[in-house]
Amino acid sequence: MVDQSAVGRSFTPVTASVEPGRLRYFFNTLGERNPVYRDAEVARSNGYSAVPAPPTYLFCLEMMDSDKPFEFLTELNIDLARVLHGEQSFSYHAPVVVGDTLTFKPRVTSVTDKKGGAMTLIVVETAVTNQHGIHVADVSRTIVVRNERVA
Amino acid sequence: MNETAKKAPVIGERLVHKTFPAISRHTLALYCGASGDHNPMHVDIDFAKKAGFPDVFAHGMLVMAYLGQALTDAVQPASIRSFSTRFAAITQLGARLTCEGHITELLDHQGERRARLVLTTKDENGEIKLAGEAIVAL
Repeated sequence: MVDQSAVGRSFTPVTASVEPGRLRYFFNTLGERNPVYRDAEVARSNGYSAVPAPPTYLFCLEMMDSDKPFEFLTELNIDLARVLHGEQSFSYHAPVVVGDTLTFKPRVTSVTDKKGGAMTLIVVETAVTNQHGIHVADVSRTIVVRNERVA
Repeated sequence: MNETAKKAPVIGERLVHKTFPAISRHTLALYCGASGDHNPMHVDIDFAKKAGFPDVFAHGMLVMAYLGQALTDAVQPASIRSFSTRFAAITQLGARLTCEGHITELLDHQGERRARLVLTTKDENGEIKLAGEAIVAL
């Protein structure tokens, strides 16, 4: 089981680019038709320098361009089959658009046992900066580990 | 598309409302590729069964992406200051989701007018799948 010693652990930073083709595939998958996403001209007329990333896409980019997208699980000896996503949050500080290159730096900020150890909640917070060194967002995920049966 | 946000916002107003087609296995396969989240739980029934689930189920982040889409139908992506959700229940195959957001508070943050939205995503039976909130600049 993951314990408090995991708090403060950080993982390999990930650098990812907001590529137009991959983003189009994401929009097609979701049936997204909003012109601000689908038409660069409309994006520009709304004040963006290029098509903006949609609100949850930062989560995707970090996994997409990671050599080890489940590194925090393997590093903490957590079985992927025992994991559920508990909570997710994004704080946005500056726009992210097509063409940006982002760096993600994840670290464990809390470990909490629930239900007498039947579950463990792990919070991983990731600071995101862009190619100009601007801190564009903070992303936080809470994963729920369903632990082996406790005696 | 930002018309709604430009009207004077009122507490209690439903700013966000969108329904989505039933989630298919095909959607899950496409989202697996499009999102970079290759967790087999959502596309490989053998893996899901071994993990104790009757079938594959939707990525929480797919459901949150739908909620995000509903949100940016109502407000500009760049106006969102924060967006968070709790994944209250597993979203099953076939779920037809409805996303809603109501204004619960009007705020002033260092001179910027903002609204707090309480967000929900429910399936066709009214079961809450995601419960969250967003802070948006007005």
